[in-house]
Amino acid sequence: MNRKEIMAVLAGITTLTMASASSAADSDETVKRGEYLARAGDCVACHTAPGGEEFAGGLGIESPFGMIYSTNITPDSETGIGDWSEEEFAAALRDGKRADGANLYPAMPYPAYAKVSDEDIHALYVYFMEGVEPVRHQPEETSLSFPFNQRWGISAWNWLFADAEVFEPEADRSEQLNRGAYLVEGLGHCGSCHTPRGLAQQEKALDDNGGDDYLAGADLNDWWAPSLRGGEGGDGRGLESWSAEEIAEYLKTGRNVHATVGGEMTSVVAHSTSHLSDEDLGSIGLYLKSLPANPAGKDATTADQRREASEKTQAKLSAARDLSEGERLYLDNCSACHFNDGMGAERVFPPIDGNALANADNPSGLIHTILAGAQPPSTPTIPAQLPMPGFAWRLSDDEVASLATFVRSAWGNDGGAVNADQVADVREELGEASLNRAVDPNGELNETDGAK
Amino acid sequence: MAKQQPRVDAVIVGLGWSGSIMGMELTEAGLNVLALERGADRTNEDFAYPKPADELQYGIRHTMMQKPKQSAVTIRRDLDERALPQRKLGAFLPGDGVGGAGAHWTGVLIRPTPTDLQLKSFADQAFEPGVLQDDMQIQDFGVTWDELEPHFTFFEKVCGQSGTTGNLNGEIQEGGDPFEGPRSEPYPLPALQDTQNTEMFDKAARQLGYHPFPNPSANVSRAWTNPYGMQLGPCNYCGFCSRYGCLNYSKASPQTCILNALKQRSNFAYRTHANVTRVELADDGKTATGVTYIDGDGEEVFQPADIVILASYSLNNVRLMLNSKIGKPYDPVSRTGVVGRNYAYQVGGGINMYFDDIDFNPFATAGATGRMFNDFSPGTFDSAQHGFIGGAKMHSSQASGTPIKTSLPKSAPKWGKGYKDALRENYGHHMKLSMTGSVMSYRSNMLDLDPTWKDPYGMPLLRMTFDWKENEQKLSRFMRDRLREIADVLKPDRMDEGFQLEGSHFKVTSYVSTHNVGGAAMGTDPSTSAVNRYLQSWDVHNVFVPSGSAFPQNFQANPTDLIGALTYWCAKKIREDYLKNPGPLMSV
Repeated sequence: MNRKEIMAVLAGITTLTMASASSAADSDETVKRGEYLARAGDCVACHTAPGGEEFAGGLGIESPFGMIYSTNITPDSETGIGDWSEEEFAAALRDGKRADGANLYPAMPYPAYAKVSDEDIHALYVYFMEGVEPVRHQPEETSLSFPFNQRWGISAWNWLFADAEVFEPEADRSEQLNRGAYLVEGLGHCGSCHTPRGLAQQEKALDDNGGDDYLAGADLNDWWAPSLRGGEGGDGRGLESWSAEEIAEYLKTGRNVHATVGGEMTSVVAHSTSHLSDEDLGSIGLYLKSLPANPAGKDATTADQRREASEKTQAKLSAARDLSEGERLYLDNCSACHFNDGMGAERVFPPIDGNALANADNPSGLIHTILAGAQPPSTPTIPAQLPMPGFAWRLSDDEVASLATFVRSAWGNDGGAVNADQVADVREELGEASLNRAVDPNGELNETDGAK
Repeated sequence: MAKQQPRVDAVIVGLGWSGSIMGMELTEAGLNVLALERGADRTNEDFAYPKPADELQYGIRHTMMQKPKQSAVTIRRDLDERALPQRKLGAFLPGDGVGGAGAHWTGVLIRPTPTDLQLKSFADQAFEPGVLQDDMQIQDFGVTWDELEPHFTFFEKVCGQSGTTGNLNGEIQEGGDPFEGPRSEPYPLPALQDTQNTEMFDKAARQLGYHPFPNPSANVSRAWTNPYGMQLGPCNYCGFCSRYGCLNYSKASPQTCILNALKQRSNFAYRTHANVTRVELADDGKTATGVTYIDGDGEEVFQPADIVILASYSLNNVRLMLNSKIGKPYDPVSRTGVVGRNYAYQVGGGINMYFDDIDFNPFATAGATGRMFNDFSPGTFDSAQHGFIGGAKMHSSQASGTPIKTSLPKSAPKWGKGYKDALRENYGHHMKLSMTGSVMSYRSNMLDLDPTWKDPYGMPLLRMTFDWKENEQKLSRFMRDRLREIADVLKPDRMDEGFQLEGSHFKVTSYVSTHNVGGAAMGTDPSTSAVNRYLQSWDVHNVFVPSGSAFPQNFQANPTDLIGALTYWCAKKIREDYLKNPGPLMSV
């Protein structure tokens, strides 16, 4: 029995002394549902500091206005939310209002959580009060500079941008499609990363009624969060080429035949989506497939052109004559796993041909991956973690630039060239520490070593 | 008074293949399980490209192996010699750290035959009395092919075994081993790709009427996701397998096949740098109360447990039993006692052939790359007329192309310009014909505690008494003659050979094999076996020893498949019967 289950039982016992057995069972059920919903909302990701207790807050979240620290949302009465009423809890989730009436910074995705149903808010409340252990921990206060330290100012922002209502199922959609929409737009808050933002850092659309910008892909701290619009109408790449089942598989296991999760999304899969039910993941897949793809750009290649280009690259690498520096570096460092056809190995090593990160306008994510490597998450169904090693220690900025330029133009890829200055920038940002070992996305939350 | 840790349901000594399998099985049964590993932690990250591709560090300096300081055995060749401790690893290379030998093995994953498991019964029926050496003490394993078959099948799925099926439910399949026992399912993955030497060997062997098939491999030929959701990448034939961690995550190991899945379980934990020195027994000596280990700070710790699994390397399991007084030590004079009895090994030999005009490209290979045939194993040919029992896998394998270990003609200088010239001349032109032979068990091939030498904690070292016996020397001569016939077909420009023929002795300084087996044999008779057919100690019922130490003698192939299957077999019995009713699983 893990800590949470013990707490759930303890909570159940406490309740038993006060009420009938059946309401204790109800409460138990509600705690469980709340825990599941907290997974769907990935609350733990932001409200847990590296090495800290779950939900005890203190993670620094970079924003264009400065560092915003997450709060303690355990039921500790002094430092957490133990004294909050359900109404206060609901106001924080949906309206971004703290129990004392002050505004939360919109790093908290309350514009998305506004869509969460009353029933689910209740279950989440019960879970956080009864199913989470109180932790006394006062995280660092967020102190942005003027004028962003004036929390009242957010009221105007809220008035302008956060007007979403509780989710209403649409009559012309199937129940499953509505469920998918509810999860994606609400607790899943996928738009926080995947919808482009406007001048005031607001998401340009909060649901698919908000237009084509919704989930159309966005640059997130220099890392391309690709478009999640998986319907027809684009250039035939990206989620457009994935089935709903493949989307579900990716969210469940962190990998499928098209891709392996990387960057920020790795932790989302580890802590949130890999714990969702197959039914919910299927609904999410179905919903994303219902959103028409971003229209193809003027210069977009056709599938036939890409296939032809892929064969050409493969032939060149296999012949291994008159190689460019980038081609040679690819053969020496990458081809063992990703192969000359750039297609990797099914579900184990991701394809680079057609890879969203390799083709993104901003190459920083690709450079980051080459320098620091990557570690897929250990998920309940696919626990395997086959890390991609980092190459920062053995490739110079010039070499990484040549390699990245090759990868972005090889096979059917059509990303632009990369120069050494761009590599140097990413290298500097990464710092020394992360260059030798890929960070374990399951981190402290998936303790693997030592005595328990 | 030693420091004491909170009690666990089961403690596992050693986190290699057996320990990892037991961890999965016992946590699945709901037990709270702790593994103690005396070496360092090792994860896939430690094997990330290109770290393992360093012959000097791993191939020569043995980074993945146990160090003599922590695990030396003393060795003598007969009962009258004075045993001396190893100062340097040589003949065998036990692994160290999480993954154990399972992290640095080559990856040949092959089953014994049904006859191998019942060798004594076979011998009684196939040999006239007096043909075999009278000091031979071979035995049946006490477990049959049909009982183990489902466990072979499952373990092979865990490993992504790659090869060509020879016998599917009794139907002989083209291209596989017609002499293998019936499989209930085909190999999970197709065989590895062929190389120049495999094609040449295949052709010559067929010409001579043999039945060659691809070496059964745990270097996977395709991407593989196993029943635990663990993943292996397709082998890229880099040639760094034996003695190395796999940089492509293509070799089955506890790391690639089990550990991430095991670590997810909240009822599993492990400690590294925890060197178990003995199993503690209750006052009546009939049950274990836990184990004592030395932690990384040199402090002695008592770990209480209801079940003790000895899943360390075979030699160390025997030593732990002896140092813990579990079972009666073997006495070679009175031929009584069981712990240390029936230590066995593997006999190798081969012909090195050099072809000036053929490029074998040995750098493009997998550890298990090769062809073998099984036409000479017990029951497939009449060895009685040649005066020996046993058999050999006859093969041409091309495990690696690393430069320092390149085979050179015996005449080549060992250093300087002459060495370099010979290396330049011969690299890539070498092909080997090999035999991997069975070794029977004998009265005086045994393990016990050394009366003189002790480890840094004051515990006696294990003493190994071993030498080649006449039976294996006759077997080697017979196999040599067959390999020479293959060489005659292939017509190399030069060749030389090495076999353990009459008069040869076991040499500890040069590598022979890390297939040290026996010493805590399994069986159905407590006067000749240390553990019963469920790998349970006859004397201390909550101690189980799933390990190569259970082999009553060795067969003509690699032991890992059988060790894996025996571990699942043992775990099944614990789960189905022992947990409900702890006590001896077989009556004496």
